[in-house]
Amino acid sequence: MGSVAMEEMPMDLEFGKLVGELREVYESGRTRGLEWRLSQLRGLVRLLEEEEEGIFDALYHDLGKHRAESFRDEVHTPLVAFPATAMVVPEPLGVVLIFSCWNLPIGLALEPLSGALAAGNAAVVKPSELAPYTSAFLVANVPRYLDPEAVKVVDGGAEVGEKLMEYRWDKVLFTGSSRVGQLIMTKAAKHLTPVALELGSKCPCIVDWLDSNRDSQVAVNRIIGAKWSTCSGQACIAIDYLLVEEEFAPILIELLKSTLKRFFTKPEYMARILNEKHFQRLAGFLADRRVASSVVHGGHVNAKTLTIEPTLLLNPPLDSDIMTEEIFGPLLPIITVKKIEDSIKFLKSKPKPLAIYAFTRNEKLKRRIIEETSSGSVTFNDAIVQYGLDTIPFGGVGHSGFGQYHGKYSFEMFSHKKAVLKRSFLLEFMFRYPPWDDSKIGMLRHVYRFDYVSLFFALIGLRR
Amino acid sequence: MRIVSRSRKREVSNQTNSPIHPAIRRAACGGRRLPPYIKGLLRLAARCPRRSYPHRTPPPTHPSARPLPSVASCLLRELHRPRPLAMAEEVVRELRASFAAERTRPAEWRAAQLRALVKMVDEKEADISAALHEDLAKPHMESYLHEISLVKASCQFAIKGLNSWMKPEKIPAAITTFPSSAQIVAEPLGVVLIISAWNYPFILSIDPVIGAIAAGNAVVLKPSEIAPATSKMLAKLLPEYVDSSCIKVVEGGVPETTDLLEQRWDKIFYTGNGTVGRIVMAAAAKHLTPVALELGGKCPVVVDSNVDLHVTAKRIAVGKWGCNNGQACIAPDYIITTKSFAPQLVDSLKRVLTRFYGEDPLQSADLSRIVNSKHFQRLTDLIEEKKVADKIVYGGQTDEKRLKIAPTVLLDVPRDTALMTAEIFGPLLPIVTVEKIEECFDLINSKTKPLAAYLFTKNKKLQEDFVANISTGGMLINDIALHLANPYIPFGGVGESGMGSYHGKFGFDCFSHKKGVLIRGFGGEATARYPPYTVEKQKILRGLINGSFIALILALLGFPREKR
Repeated sequence: MGSVAMEEMPMDLEFGKLVGELREVYESGRTRGLEWRLSQLRGLVRLLEEEEEGIFDALYHDLGKHRAESFRDEVHTPLVAFPATAMVVPEPLGVVLIFSCWNLPIGLALEPLSGALAAGNAAVVKPSELAPYTSAFLVANVPRYLDPEAVKVVDGGAEVGEKLMEYRWDKVLFTGSSRVGQLIMTKAAKHLTPVALELGSKCPCIVDWLDSNRDSQVAVNRIIGAKWSTCSGQACIAIDYLLVEEEFAPILIELLKSTLKRFFTKPEYMARILNEKHFQRLAGFLADRRVASSVVHGGHVNAKTLTIEPTLLLNPPLDSDIMTEEIFGPLLPIITVKKIEDSIKFLKSKPKPLAIYAFTRNEKLKRRIIEETSSGSVTFNDAIVQYGLDTIPFGGVGHSGFGQYHGKYSFEMFSHKKAVLKRSFLLEFMFRYPPWDDSKIGMLRHVYRFDYVSLFFALIGLRR
Repeated sequence: MRIVSRSRKREVSNQTNSPIHPAIRRAACGGRRLPPYIKGLLRLAARCPRRSYPHRTPPPTHPSARPLPSVASCLLRELHRPRPLAMAEEVVRELRASFAAERTRPAEWRAAQLRALVKMVDEKEADISAALHEDLAKPHMESYLHEISLVKASCQFAIKGLNSWMKPEKIPAAITTFPSSAQIVAEPLGVVLIISAWNYPFILSIDPVIGAIAAGNAVVLKPSEIAPATSKMLAKLLPEYVDSSCIKVVEGGVPETTDLLEQRWDKIFYTGNGTVGRIVMAAAAKHLTPVALELGGKCPVVVDSNVDLHVTAKRIAVGKWGCNNGQACIAPDYIITTKSFAPQLVDSLKRVLTRFYGEDPLQSADLSRIVNSKHFQRLTDLIEEKKVADKIVYGGQTDEKRLKIAPTVLLDVPRDTALMTAEIFGPLLPIVTVEKIEECFDLINSKTKPLAAYLFTKNKKLQEDFVANISTGGMLINDIALHLANPYIPFGGVGESGMGSYHGKFGFDCFSHKKGVLIRGFGGEATARYPPYTVEKQKILRGLINGSFIALILALLGFPREKR
């Protein structure tokens, strides 16, 4: 390895040194103490409190996020409990690497970091280069609040990420696309590094008939909250499309339209599209003529300000890009089914999403959704809020990734559960030891059958 | 097979600087087009340290004469032979259909399969034992103790626990989303692949299968081809007892495994060595499949001087040689003890070994043999190395014809020898001496993380330090290997010894996805969640998220109300 690093660019040397230093710090045992962990978590909380302005600014520059949205989604990092059982000792894994994504650049970096620190690891965070202001913010501020020798922020693009993956880590958490996820896992295999992948997916939302107008209004509020005010749909758990009964669709669309009008009175209430590339991708969805003709509301795009109007589409073709790729933007297709129960079959034919949402009062339907579909999580009668709950694990399954975090699951993600069993020198049974004979096997049989009476007889030689 | 590896050896000695083995490169370019990940695998296999590979080649005498690891050469040969992919594809397709039809989901199905396994073990104990004897000359007692009875216990534990494991776990929902209820539902992952090892070919096959069935998955089991009798026995017996539309055994070696690895699985569970572990994980990456890898490592035994010597020696001896003659992933690999205590320990071990296996251990029916001639060669090479040979203080006899190696104890072997750097996986037990027992921490931590670490001491402080400072898969104090039998603690490695754990409920968890379910009503609307955003709304939200009750009540009342 040494000779390889010498020939290549200085970046390698730099990272080699970085990883080496972190390993040294970890091996010195500094990160293992409870005090250190608590002080780091307090530092993290302090960072969020004292630098709130800076975070808002960075997020505004990167994504045009509104402050309330930023606060709700990002500035909230729970302190982690310290579980300890007698015989299973959680121990830190060592030096871990966290890749965060650009859509919730603070939350997706610091939330897992809190878990890694609570578990007593040294950590490197690589924020997404696509959110440069946030990245710069983290580089500047994390060392001021956290132990700069044990927690590092590495700024840079894909090539930096790739270089980092050349080194041995004890855990890698990656949030992003499947394509990069595959790369990360392949590279991790070289060092047998366990990985957790948080990938995206098309999160469906089933909307059943609701009895009262009030319920319908609440559902629509929540859908809009989960689609357009989560970074304009640029979130891995944002609603991707709706599933509704044919007859209910027109009613729902009317309700969505009127509520959208009321909510988004000013354009700055919605985050803009991250960059030109993503804007083009989204505009590309609408360029398909079959898709364009299914637009029932909105559809206007502004390439200058990188904004796209909240857009509703009714039954775009299922083989079009908008229904096969993750949308990750403010377009909301509405797919109709004959009966709402048919949506279960529809979902089973698709890859497993990160989240399934359903608005319904039908208990049987709820049970069927839980039992028959598979997804990272299921939320009834609301959306997105499950992300803020630190008592339930957050993470995907199948195509949406693997490995779960949040709350104590973050702690577990970055811990190894070491099984410890203690024995004394008393209580020795000769039948544990060779030379073997039939009577020893007979005794063992009694032990395994919990037949202690026979065992006793066998031991004193009364029975074979 | 050995001829192949020798001819490759010659090729290697010409050029060794390239990271990719020349033979591989030539084959990869000249042969049929390889998918990029296979190229990666080959490169990987060529570069990997050969620490714990079962077809281990002799330790390199000269760096330029390093032979190609045989997995890579086998893979290569395989990639060149046209072969039908249909079998693996067909198996997966059938299992996917069974899984989609929800055959495996009901608790009744799962319990029925587990009961069938118990029945199989009860009725076919003799067959199982015979197969194990054929593969490894495993003494009947060991087969019963370590494989048959443990499988049965494991099944019964799962049958008992199944209902409570499957029950959704109710958990408190946070105040932020009040009113709501939350639960965690364990759901099956889908179709899983289990690749098992040759050293405990029965339990290492069935134990993960138990976890996979309990969790409601469809399973493909690929037993190790290095224990052919057990593999055949499993392929014959399992379909007689369990639902063969959901649980299949695929026999075969590298070609079949390669085919299987090309399919998409929902989990891959592999027991074996680090080299193949890396290949499995890289292949899994293509489909983003999570993996559990149960690998080995050099498991240390630290013996303090204040122990009950005779009991300690007996426990070490039965843990080392009474576990498949040292061919176990959790068998003690080396002992660390103090210089002054070492002679007593050696004496005691000698006495115990003579009592256990007689004056001529090669004749003892209570010792397993070495699995094949390749491993036999590897092990004899380890002790024939110059710096090692004169360190033998007990044993050292070998019988190439019957593949037997006697329990062998070595004292003060130089730490740079292959014996002290590679995983031994056989009946050789080197003893390393230190001045003070506390030095063991640095010694163990200078190596990669082992699957198990053992400590014999009555010193409570030392026990605590050992637990706190040694990172290992599992840890057992004052005994050897018994932690494996306890279903209440997880079994699995960390670092080089693997990832993921199983046994008992951990096996169920290993093959389940924990789905978070949040159920809300339509009440509890906090208008602050929605645009248009105002300063007041941000205040409310802050109160809510920070857990302020007053703010919560205000929010619940919908205050401040929005003007419509």
